[in-house]
Amino acid sequence: MNRTVDVLVVGAGPAGLAAAARLAASGAGRVEVLEREQAAGGVPRHCARAGFGADARGRPLDGPGYARRSVRAALRAGATVRTGVSATGWAGPLTLDVTAPTGLERIRARAVVLATGARERPRSARLVPGSRPAGVLTTGELQRLVLRFGAGPELVGRRAVVVGGDPVARGAVRTLRAAGVEVVAVVCEHPAGRAAFGAVPVLTGAVVSELLGRGRLTGVSVRGGVAGTTRHTLRCDTVVFTGDWIPDHELARARGLPLAPGTRGPATDGAFRTTAPGVFAVGNLLRGVEPAVVAAAEGRAVAAAVTDLLEGEPWPEGAVPVGVPPGVPTGPVGPLRWVTPGLLGPVAAPLLVRPERGLVRPVLTVTQDGVPLRRMRLSGSLLPWRSVRLPARWADGVDPGGGPVVVGAEE
Amino acid sequence: MSVTRTGPLPAGSDATYDVVVVGAGVVGSAIARTLARHPLRVALVEAANDVGDGTSKANTAILHTGFDALPGTLEARLVREGYRLLCAYAQETGIPVEPIGALLVAWDEEQRAALPRLAEKAERNGHRTTRLLTASELRSREPHLDPGALAALEVPGESVVCPWTTTLAYATQAVRSGVDLHLDCRVEKVRTGDPYHRLVTRRGVLRTRHLVNACGLHADAFDALVGREDFTVTPRRGQLLVFDKFARDLVRHILLPVPGPLGKGVLIAPTVYGNVMLGPTAEDLDDKTATGTTAEGLAGLREQGGRILPALLDEEVTAVYAGLRAATGQEDYRIAAHPGLRYVTVGGIRSTGLTASLAVAEHVRGLLADCGLGLGPERPLAGLRMPNLGEAFPRPYRDARLIARDPDFGAIVCHCERVTRGEIRAALTSTIPPGGLDGLRRRTRARGGRCQGNHCGAEVRALFEEHAEHREGNR
Ligand SMILES: Cc1cc2nc3c(=O)[nH]c(=O)nc-3n(C[C@H](O)[C@H](O)[C@H](O)COP(=O)(O)OP(=O)(O)OC[C@H]3O[C@@H](n4cnc5c(N)ncnc54)[C@H](O)[C@@H]3O)c2cc1C
Ligand SMILES: Cc1cc2nc3c(=O)[nH]c(=O)nc-3n(C[C@H](O)[C@H](O)[C@H](O)COP(=O)(O)OP(=O)(O)OC[C@H]3O[C@@H](n4cnc5c(N)ncnc54)[C@H](O)[C@@H]3O)c2cc1C
Repeated sequence: MNRTVDVLVVGAGPAGLAAAARLAASGAGRVEVLEREQAAGGVPRHCARAGFGADARGRPLDGPGYARRSVRAALRAGATVRTGVSATGWAGPLTLDVTAPTGLERIRARAVVLATGARERPRSARLVPGSRPAGVLTTGELQRLVLRFGAGPELVGRRAVVVGGDPVARGAVRTLRAAGVEVVAVVCEHPAGRAAFGAVPVLTGAVVSELLGRGRLTGVSVRGGVAGTTRHTLRCDTVVFTGDWIPDHELARARGLPLAPGTRGPATDGAFRTTAPGVFAVGNLLRGVEPAVVAAAEGRAVAAAVTDLLEGEPWPEGAVPVGVPPGVPTGPVGPLRWVTPGLLGPVAAPLLVRPERGLVRPVLTVTQDGVPLRRMRLSGSLLPWRSVRLPARWADGVDPGGGPVVVGAEE
Repeated sequence: MSVTRTGPLPAGSDATYDVVVVGAGVVGSAIARTLARHPLRVALVEAANDVGDGTSKANTAILHTGFDALPGTLEARLVREGYRLLCAYAQETGIPVEPIGALLVAWDEEQRAALPRLAEKAERNGHRTTRLLTASELRSREPHLDPGALAALEVPGESVVCPWTTTLAYATQAVRSGVDLHLDCRVEKVRTGDPYHRLVTRRGVLRTRHLVNACGLHADAFDALVGREDFTVTPRRGQLLVFDKFARDLVRHILLPVPGPLGKGVLIAPTVYGNVMLGPTAEDLDDKTATGTTAEGLAGLREQGGRILPALLDEEVTAVYAGLRAATGQEDYRIAAHPGLRYVTVGGIRSTGLTASLAVAEHVRGLLADCGLGLGPERPLAGLRMPNLGEAFPRPYRDARLIARDPDFGAIVCHCERVTRGEIRAALTSTIPPGGLDGLRRRTRARGGRCQGNHCGAEVRALFEEHAEHREGNR
């Protein structure tokens, strides 16, 4: 079946739903959101704990509560939200192939907003050697298992090791303990806030170097110490790999959109336009996980450029790529992991920068074609699990006809 | 016809067979299927809780033409025949095969000089269609290859195949044609006798007139149970990396290394699931359970892979695994009939067993007859059409008519691999249902994609448990 809509949003997480709500409310016509899961709401649906801001009366919101509100807002504004519907590929520049229990469809839109989110790298993508036992999870799978089946040693075990030091690792520890699982240790490569994990031992500067056990996990080998020379085994029947995000960029790549090297998300300009006219991208798809409110704010912000397009404004050309300095293959990684947006057009836009490690009062620089445009010391510290937002004036003076812009950091 | 996994084995005449095949890898399953053509009571007995759970699940999944076999060996003949038989069988039953052909790529002068010799060897093995490619021909065939490639030998016919569907197809057809399959049933002792051997397992004793050892890595240990010591199996580990589907466009053929003094090197091959595989290593070990990967192994593979296809390393790795080849110190299979014992050993099926499986089965049928087994007349096997796991063939999630008939085929559960609820349900209620989530993955690809269950793990498990409960309830 072939159909046409005005705006097709792929992904009903915080970003996609916020975009749909804003666009439907502003009279964009038929706005349809496709969600492949059985319910809309995205990742927060599976985060059954506070941490998603507060409602109008100041009561803290948990993930499912936040998700319900986002869905309601989109529906109230007049958007259509369809669940159990997967966008599987492109049949034209703005036409998507869709599979649902009701059949196949080919949906053409005047604008397509990709909001497909991100996932954590599983064990294989992290190249962790060893056996392939049960009990090897990511936070995403852990949360879904516990929500669906409750606690149970067969599912989430009795003794767990959590890998990673981000706030998500904290979430994983909390989820495990609430399910009655003893968390033996948190293993993280970078220095992490020990206090953040309460009584759980934190091994910093350490990596999981091997998974042990046949059938069910029986332990993990941990390498650490100076130059990674010490090795020991932690007995556990579950290991949860947290953080280390990779955008779910399948549709973006199928459309041939170039990826920003630091983020592996599609490159967009400050208004979330990709390089393909009519195709936009927002949320975690751009760079992995930010708090839900950040993703939702991007969803709202994309509405302006989508509206421009629907009103017949031409697709701007001549954006320049923005990136962090490329790492030297063998040397230490640079101080910055990524910057978004990956493109700068004629209209200045704020930059989101993520450091690779903790940086104390760093000097940030913006250069184009080797020419320094801006250089400024930040007053605070940067942490590897938090992005810093630089106001639009940081990109003042960028020549839209010039070469790539590089954002760097010095300590 | 029955499949058992738990509880005591059948007793009395139900536990008395004409032939018991021990080991339900690709080889044992093929043998059971071949024997099912005859009016015989046959059992296939396997230690693991699923068929194809040993070496047969962890290989490079290439259907070899046998162009590089050692001419004159039994292996060379069975690979050549097996290739032909499996191509036809795959067509008939829906096992995905892609005949993409191979390129042996030369990276230095020595390797370039070896190509004509390899072409000659292929000719001696009956393959006359190989062709030498110049660097520029090679470049137009494989634009993403590192520009250092000098030349290549093209071997048409080399194919990629689904190893999981292959073993499952044989075993399913065997069971549907009357073979008893006993899983979770390791044979621990054999009391040889006349007219019956007694096979002792933890679930009971089976009696059989004839016995086939298809125990793969453990073929030597099983031989010892009947008092034979003809060879020792040394596991040779092969570690492999599977890259994300985005890598599939980087490579069009199976890229084989030119064998040289420094060993065999690694290959890069597309998989029928639309991924790209890099490996295997070759490490001689003593531990027959050492199917783990190592940091050195994976790093070495990436380094070698990056020299062949640099862009490959930019893609995510979807899976890391290792398989163990059954090496016996002889450049050939170790298939032997022991008529006095009414016993056939099918050992040393090294790195070509998937390809050769159907020909090995034919060969073993002949050996059993030599051991005095009266085969009786032939009859047709039960019909079989396997669910398609291959990307080159229509998948249910794109099949409008199928979805109209059963909306479950429009409900995608595993998003990375696009596996629908309909396919999962069908696997869970099939002739040989999976014994766990890994078995379900080998039947459907569910949880086998880039997220490794991050998105769908809980849902797939829920479907699995729902059916497990259902089965318990029926008992
Ligand atoms: C474990 C974890 C804990 C977190 N904890 C917190 C927290 O405490 N507080 C907080 O503020 N934030 C938290 N976050 C971050 C927050 O969840 C994300 O920022 C937010 O969900 C991002 O929204 P999104 O819309 O970009 O992506 P998602 O929420 O991931 O939504 C993307 C949606 O797109 C759908 N989709 C993808 N591809 C397709 C397709 N082809 N067809 C149809 N649908 C598709 C997916 O099913 C998904 O529902 C957490 C994240 C994780 C992973
Ligand atoms: C890295 C690698 C790459 C390869 N690549 C290819 C390729 O590209 N193409 C190709 O054709 N071949 C390839 N092979 C070879 C192929 O995988 C093997 O030859 C084939 O799988 C052997 O099958 P099998 O049935 O003999 O052994 P297995 O699959 O190991 O089956 C033997 C079975 O016997 C069972 N068993 C053992 N002892 C007992 C007992 N006492 N009681 C009950 N059950 C028992 C085991 O549990 C096991 O399931 C490769 C092998 C490896 C390791």
